[in-house]
Amino acid sequence: MENAMEVSEKNTKQYIVVKIGNEQYGLDINYIDNIVRMQSITRVPKAQTYFKGILNLRGEIVPVMSIRLKMELEDDEFTDASRIIILKIEEQGTIGVIVDEVKEVVELATEDIDRPAKTTKNDKSSFIFGIGKHGDELISLFDINAVVDESESVS
Amino acid sequence: MDVSQYLEIFIDETNEHLQNLSDCIMTLEKEPDNKDTINEVFRAAHSLKGMAGTMGFKRMQHLTHDMEDVFQEVRSDKIRVNSKMIDILFDCLDALDKYLENIKETSDEGTEDNEAIIKELNDFIAQSEGKETASSVEATEVKETPMQEEDGSTKKFMEIELTNSEKEAIKNAEESGKHVYGFTVYIHQDCLLKAARAFLVFKAVEDFGEIIVYRPSSQDIEDEKFELDFSFFLASEEALDKIIAAAKAVSEIDTVLAEEVKSDMLEKKEKMALAAEKPAAVQETAEAKPAAAENTAKKTQSATAKKTTSNKPVTSRTVRVDIEKLDALMNQVSELIIAKNSLVSISTTEGGNFENQTFHEQIEYLERITTSLHESVMKVRMVPIESVVNKFPRMIRDLSRKLNKSMELYMSGEDTELDRTVVDQIGDPLQHLLRNSADHGLESAEVRKERGKPEKGAIYLNAFQEGNNVIIEVSDDGNGIDTEKVKEKAVERGVITPEQAENMSQKEVINLLFIPSFSMAKQITDISGRGVGLDVVRSNIEALGGDVEVSSTLGEGSKFTVRLPLTLAIIQALMVEIRQEKYAIALGSIQNIEDIPVKDIRYVEAKEVIHLRGMVIPLIRMDKILDIEPLEEDPESLTVVIVKKGDKYAGLVVDNLIGQQEIVIKSLGKFIKNNKMISGATILGDGEVALILDVNALL
Repeated sequence: MENAMEVSEKNTKQYIVVKIGNEQYGLDINYIDNIVRMQSITRVPKAQTYFKGILNLRGEIVPVMSIRLKMELEDDEFTDASRIIILKIEEQGTIGVIVDEVKEVVELATEDIDRPAKTTKNDKSSFIFGIGKHGDELISLFDINAVVDESESVS
Repeated sequence: MDVSQYLEIFIDETNEHLQNLSDCIMTLEKEPDNKDTINEVFRAAHSLKGMAGTMGFKRMQHLTHDMEDVFQEVRSDKIRVNSKMIDILFDCLDALDKYLENIKETSDEGTEDNEAIIKELNDFIAQSEGKETASSVEATEVKETPMQEEDGSTKKFMEIELTNSEKEAIKNAEESGKHVYGFTVYIHQDCLLKAARAFLVFKAVEDFGEIIVYRPSSQDIEDEKFELDFSFFLASEEALDKIIAAAKAVSEIDTVLAEEVKSDMLEKKEKMALAAEKPAAVQETAEAKPAAAENTAKKTQSATAKKTTSNKPVTSRTVRVDIEKLDALMNQVSELIIAKNSLVSISTTEGGNFENQTFHEQIEYLERITTSLHESVMKVRMVPIESVVNKFPRMIRDLSRKLNKSMELYMSGEDTELDRTVVDQIGDPLQHLLRNSADHGLESAEVRKERGKPEKGAIYLNAFQEGNNVIIEVSDDGNGIDTEKVKEKAVERGVITPEQAENMSQKEVINLLFIPSFSMAKQITDISGRGVGLDVVRSNIEALGGDVEVSSTLGEGSKFTVRLPLTLAIIQALMVEIRQEKYAIALGSIQNIEDIPVKDIRYVEAKEVIHLRGMVIPLIRMDKILDIEPLEEDPESLTVVIVKKGDKYAGLVVDNLIGQQEIVIKSLGKFIKNNKMISGATILGDGEVALILDVNALL
């Protein structure tokens, strides 16, 4: 109990740490609805290239996005460790993103997060709002709204 | 008791009355002497007034009261219906509509007094026959009340069986020098808010004294657990007539019967209840006689009124259900169908384990039940488009005035039914199309004359069902679309290049009209012509899963065809396979299925077509359209699903047919780019997801 008090006072947030390629990324746990194993995804013709398709999540249709393709990395290679993280975003609904591996949940305080200088030119970093330091490790924190934002992206 | 619980019913009823009034006034405009309509109008206005009064909307009541006066004059042949009057009346309706809008939003009628309209109404009455009017209105109103006493009203308070405590109360009141009056109040039989009326009566009489006895009990009255009458005993020091007058002032009260009651009298009556009834009855007829004699004329009038009401269907037994509850029900049915589909798929794929005959029978039984359950739920959600289209005649009339063009709207198929959600949203697009026809479509009277057309332009709104779709056509006999002018405009606006314009088909040109901010009106009017018309129409209709098409002949008129899906949630579909992928095609748009030998494929303009029973049908290779790896070699024959949309056909080439299935349509969500070919997705029995092809977008 005391611990929890301290936590809230320190203004910390929990992040799920995932691996994409060799890098570690963090996703704000508040957006996460579910984490599921890879399952059959139905391709949607003529959709944006980074959408792998749609899947059936307990009777709901959820679109699945490849975060790799969105960040212009090479295409996903599905392994036993691959997971689909289901994000719930207000108004826009649910969306799944594919990651190579889910590692752990970390707690980061605001002072542990460095805001990178805005480099608008690099597409990849515009999805990142900060770099979290957890022990020796560096975790790039996704700005989830930017990741799922469709307005500016070109398919 | 609080009247707010009646607000919803008040809004609904008022809407109905306003619509009714609007219809009747339209009829009156054409047939100023139609007595039935005049009576109908009078009744509607009267009910409106009563309802507004009960709910405490004073301004609304005031306005309807004055309208009623005008109708009263018309009814008694003192004023003739003329176009000025019709105009004023429509203004009144608009004003009432505004009150209603305010009430819907804020539960308050607002502060607009509409004095101008009221003044116009009064002037109108004054003009025709000033002094006589007022007196005659009053006279008839006075007459109205006594007459109804004949209708078998009895002083039911005489028959009340009192409990001991109530007797005690009466005695006590008498002892303290008060009079005890027995009351029986009859409420008008059409009255909806009976409990509210009763409440108002109580409130009125309680100013004079204390109510000691309620029959039925006050709780039952509040819950509307009574027929058309209720009785009570009042202990008061005031004279009886004053109290009766106060009770009668409440609207929609037919009769108030009252008499002073003595407690010993009551006791006597208890002993010989039957005998006591007689004097009451005698007294009553005595009262009624003079009234009846005076009112023969009045009676015939009310008889005709009764006749017209009896034509109407007796109140249908309905319940109002929140649309959200129906949505929830629909979702549950969807879940059930998905579960059923997966049972079906298990029973067929793992046949070895389920050889049991009864098992299969039960599965089939379950299928039948879910299908009919689905149909029933769909039917509940269906409402006739009438509720939307019946405001159009009035709109066209107003447009006719505003544009100074003579025109008439002919409607058919108003009883065509559509899903409630579709009906709610179809009003605006249709309104746009009608305005478009009235403004751009129809020529001015002079031009029409020159062209040998009748001066009065005709606009048609025609609705009907076709397969799984409902078609609504809006057409006119006006000028049609001048494709040359459209091209000119498009080039001028830089939408297309002159070269492109050269090569465009008529259809493509017409499609330009649907491009945002492309308006053909030569001058901008407040009716249409801001360039926000047709593109909004199209996007609205597409949002509902429908589409809109135009055909037009220059000089003869144009026709907009709106196609809407009958249901939004569950459809019968044919499942097909293309390579490894499964797709669903709505059964409603499938004409037939053919096996076509590859050698029968012909080429027209380098496109593949087949010749089938006298028709040339273009082939659509689904694998190509859906970006699926093409087969290395064509098989000897192709499986072709012939689909149709209106009078157009196409053959969809697929690999395999899986079979017919009931599918639940689910949206792809907002993230995936809007893809017109795919109208949604569905979950198959084995949990896999299949996409639904939108045939209308393919053709």
